[in-house]
Amino acid sequence: MTAPVVTGIGVAAPNGIGTEEYWAAVLRGESGIRRITRFDPTDYTAALAGELIVDPAGRLPGRLVPQTDHMTQAALVVAEQALADAEVVTEDLPEYSAGVVTSASGGGFEFGQRELEALWHKGGKYVSAYQSFAWFYPVNTGQISIRHDLRGPSGAVVSEQAGGLDAVAKARRNLGVGARLMVAGGVDGSLCPWSWVCQLQSGRVSDRSDPKRAYVPFDAEASGWLPGEGGALLVLESPEAAAERDAGHRYGQILGYAATFDPRPGSDRPDGLRRCIELALADARVEPSEVDVVFADAAGVPAADRREAEVLAEVFGARQVPVTAPKTMTGRLLGGGAALDLATALLAMRDSVIPPTVHIDQFDHASLIDLVRTTPREQPLRTALVVARGFPGFNSAMVLRRPA
Amino acid sequence: MSAPLSLDDLVILLKECAGEDETVDLTGDILDTEFEDLGYDSLALFNTVGRIERDYEVQLPDGVVGEVTTPRALLGLVNEAIGQPA
Repeated sequence: MTAPVVTGIGVAAPNGIGTEEYWAAVLRGESGIRRITRFDPTDYTAALAGELIVDPAGRLPGRLVPQTDHMTQAALVVAEQALADAEVVTEDLPEYSAGVVTSASGGGFEFGQRELEALWHKGGKYVSAYQSFAWFYPVNTGQISIRHDLRGPSGAVVSEQAGGLDAVAKARRNLGVGARLMVAGGVDGSLCPWSWVCQLQSGRVSDRSDPKRAYVPFDAEASGWLPGEGGALLVLESPEAAAERDAGHRYGQILGYAATFDPRPGSDRPDGLRRCIELALADARVEPSEVDVVFADAAGVPAADRREAEVLAEVFGARQVPVTAPKTMTGRLLGGGAALDLATALLAMRDSVIPPTVHIDQFDHASLIDLVRTTPREQPLRTALVVARGFPGFNSAMVLRRPA
Repeated sequence: MSAPLSLDDLVILLKECAGEDETVDLTGDILDTEFEDLGYDSLALFNTVGRIERDYEVQLPDGVVGEVTTPRALLGLVNEAIGQPA
């Protein structure tokens, strides 16, 4: 398969809206983790998250606002950024030649909660007709498709926090069978009481109250993860299509990808993480020694952190490749997180700098991995690996290369 | 008996239920302008009709969204249902 090129990036994250705003914040080590404001978290066991507030006024047409959840509004803003960055006029593309694939956790949770409350307390007549799609998991794909006239091969994937990579991989397959251009990735954000209760049930969300010590993957005091909101969308094109329209700055290429699924809990077979990374490297025809940086999944759950550190040491050799987790500044963004890691990896390669993993005061796996902590590390980067795991049992890995 | 539904009331409800297309002027004489030309599709109308039924305690016919295409026609139907002259 010819490796698609990335010709546009759009980002919205708790620590920056807009690609360059986010990237500058990441290099400054600026975190977007804070106490939730969208609802009062006082009576819940956890209160910190990477909340994203995107005011739709002036950013989106007024007709779209009453029919969209806040996470779809963010996705529409990000899609517009990505297409503008790629300097593509989608209306000029041949009909049905460009599509959208997004990753989702479950659609618009806050919108859904509001309408279910109306149904429960007042009756069916009080439920918005827009509920029919606003809380539906492929809603972002649909709204982006309608707004930008992207009617080619499209879809939505739900694979928890691995989804951002799986969506881009699906877009890559669509390009492999004839699509010219794809908008792919994920922007998610479910913070509202309904989803908060669901996420707390997992037992993996950190209940700490210090924003600097709550989500600390690979730390001796790791206590779980924090959810966040946001993500990234990439514009992908076949190299031929990009060359034909003289596409401007290309961030890099999607060289390889693989996904595996873990065996059932209690099985004595190993999990699928190592196989996933090895298959992705093989798909990219890249040797472990060629990888310059790894963007880790960084679950923040001690056993999962240990497993990831062990696998990276097995595949690359102990401390042989720099590893980082800038998501310590945003929280884990559900369907959007792995897509944001892809964007971050492309920016890191562009600027020859590895963004830091912040707040890791008691690094616990120093014998296994070389974790880039506290401050950015400047070095040339040609090839990056992004690792993502989703509950329960999704593993995905993607290999990126900067432009020659 | 409710007060009649005026064009101004309808515009407010449309904006609340379905937003506003910035490229359309809703302040002029739009009584006979098609809803579609005002930026409102059938789902927008469906949402607004539901709201009118609640606020004015009326029941409009099931097919109203498909059949009524202008503000004048919708106002006529609603005001007839609440027993007010259009």
